[in-house]
Amino acid sequence: MNHNVYDVLGLAAAVCFILALKGLSTPKTARRGNLIGAAGATLATVIVFFAPRPAGDPHHNTLLILLAIAFGVLVGVPAARKIQMTQMPQLVALFNGVGGGAAALVATVEYLNLSKDGKPSTANLVATVFTVIVGCTSFSGSVITFMKLQELMTTRPVVFPAGRFVIAATLVGVLGTGGWVIASGGNTPLLVMGGLALLFGVLFVLPVGGADVPIVISLLNAFTGLTVAASGYVLQSTLLIVAGTLVGASGTILTRLMAAAMGRSLFGTLFGAFTAKPQEATGTGEVRSVKSGSPDDVAILLNYAQRVVIVPGFGLAVAQAQHTVRELADLLAAKGVDVAYGIHPVAGRMPGHMNVLLAEANVPYEQLVEMDEVNPTFPQTDVVLVVGANDVVNPAAKTTPGCPIYGMPILDVSEAGNVIFLKRSMRPGFAGIENELLYDAKTTLLFGDAKDSLTKVVSALKAL
Amino acid sequence: MTTMAILTIFLLAIFVGFEVVSKVSTTLHTPLMSGANAIHGIILVGAIIVADNATSTLETSLSILAVVLATINMVGGFVVTDRMLEMFKGKPKAKKEVAK
Repeated sequence: MNHNVYDVLGLAAAVCFILALKGLSTPKTARRGNLIGAAGATLATVIVFFAPRPAGDPHHNTLLILLAIAFGVLVGVPAARKIQMTQMPQLVALFNGVGGGAAALVATVEYLNLSKDGKPSTANLVATVFTVIVGCTSFSGSVITFMKLQELMTTRPVVFPAGRFVIAATLVGVLGTGGWVIASGGNTPLLVMGGLALLFGVLFVLPVGGADVPIVISLLNAFTGLTVAASGYVLQSTLLIVAGTLVGASGTILTRLMAAAMGRSLFGTLFGAFTAKPQEATGTGEVRSVKSGSPDDVAILLNYAQRVVIVPGFGLAVAQAQHTVRELADLLAAKGVDVAYGIHPVAGRMPGHMNVLLAEANVPYEQLVEMDEVNPTFPQTDVVLVVGANDVVNPAAKTTPGCPIYGMPILDVSEAGNVIFLKRSMRPGFAGIENELLYDAKTTLLFGDAKDSLTKVVSALKAL
Repeated sequence: MTTMAILTIFLLAIFVGFEVVSKVSTTLHTPLMSGANAIHGIILVGAIIVADNATSTLETSLSILAVVLATINMVGGFVVTDRMLEMFKGKPKAKKEVAK
């Protein structure tokens, strides 16, 4: 392919990515934006096979590359199609991790290649070191966030004695070996640096509490973007520089927006690793009395209410109760009850996650009320039905300085006349903090699987 | 390409990146993150370039592994983003139902 044609097509792909991000920021154009991005990516992947090459240097490994792509498609597409919407955040984390790993590998191979003709230029060495460090950190960090979200390990911050010194020492080690690579080149320093960076990714994410995990995913996403830009510099590919930088920049802004929506300081989240102290045990273990009710009690409360606000949380999604909750809401609406859903910005596991889950169950969009709009209406609300949510209604976010969710804006459900919690057990929420509201006199608890409980409430309500 | 040209591209791309997502509603945070995630799967192009030049067994195996990982990132990322956004398309229809 002609050099100019190749470059122009590459530029077209870069423009596609800008349009994709632009489209994704508005609900109306979001889907089209994503498709434009996919088209750009496909174009870029196809033309690289026809990239102009120096005379006498044939293409290598074309068949292997095609097989590898086919294999990647066979793994990636079914994973993306079959994943339950509830588990989607950890899939995004995993995709991000493999992207970071790929960038680190690309930089390593190009480093081996450049080293054949003696020591590579300092600029190339710096870009390689950056890509390998950040790519490895992003890879291992994403694996840990995946395990946290999949609940393969504890969702609480993992803090060990002198942890911050270990982390700081690892970081110094990573940067030190980075300097070693830049100074002397060679394979051993690069290998040691990659290994330390993998360890750093693990240590960096371990102390992050469950509620902050989405912010970390978003941040690692932005970092992976920057590694792509850096490998673009080494490979002299404008497309990689533009696409990587776009993701890095937009990802950074997105991370800040997310942190703001959750009322978290980005700085605190990032450097939590260095400042985290072993958490005081919450809850003294004493048995405190709670008021638990039957599905009939709940049905009666709901039946005679004027206004009901449903607060859905991750538990609702886990129990696949979106459809049952909609049935309940429709039934109440038919009885003349004013029903709304109070959506916390981070209900579920990521900002906007709950909107996706409820949209899947065809809940009318206008019944979904955002936190800032629903909060002033709680004093006029008779019953709040909290379905599988906990942290987003936990008053500790306002009253207990020092607890992991302190400062996060919450839904002020305690202002309402009655609060009903549908819970599996007294187990605390994702952030691992006891909820005082559960012991409040106006609170009724209905234990059991959210879907079972809702089904029973629905039939009790029909019988009334 | 000169370093100055690269620096110019880099800086301009930062501003474009900031600009395009500066006003996005919370509802779209997750799909946008996922979409951006798919876009950095373009490292696939880099992986293909290095695999295309690889001659030793070590270089070939590492770069082929990179191709696999990058493909998963890119293809999986776009598909899962599309699935998320597909959920939102029911909205206008739902509105009509309520209007009835």
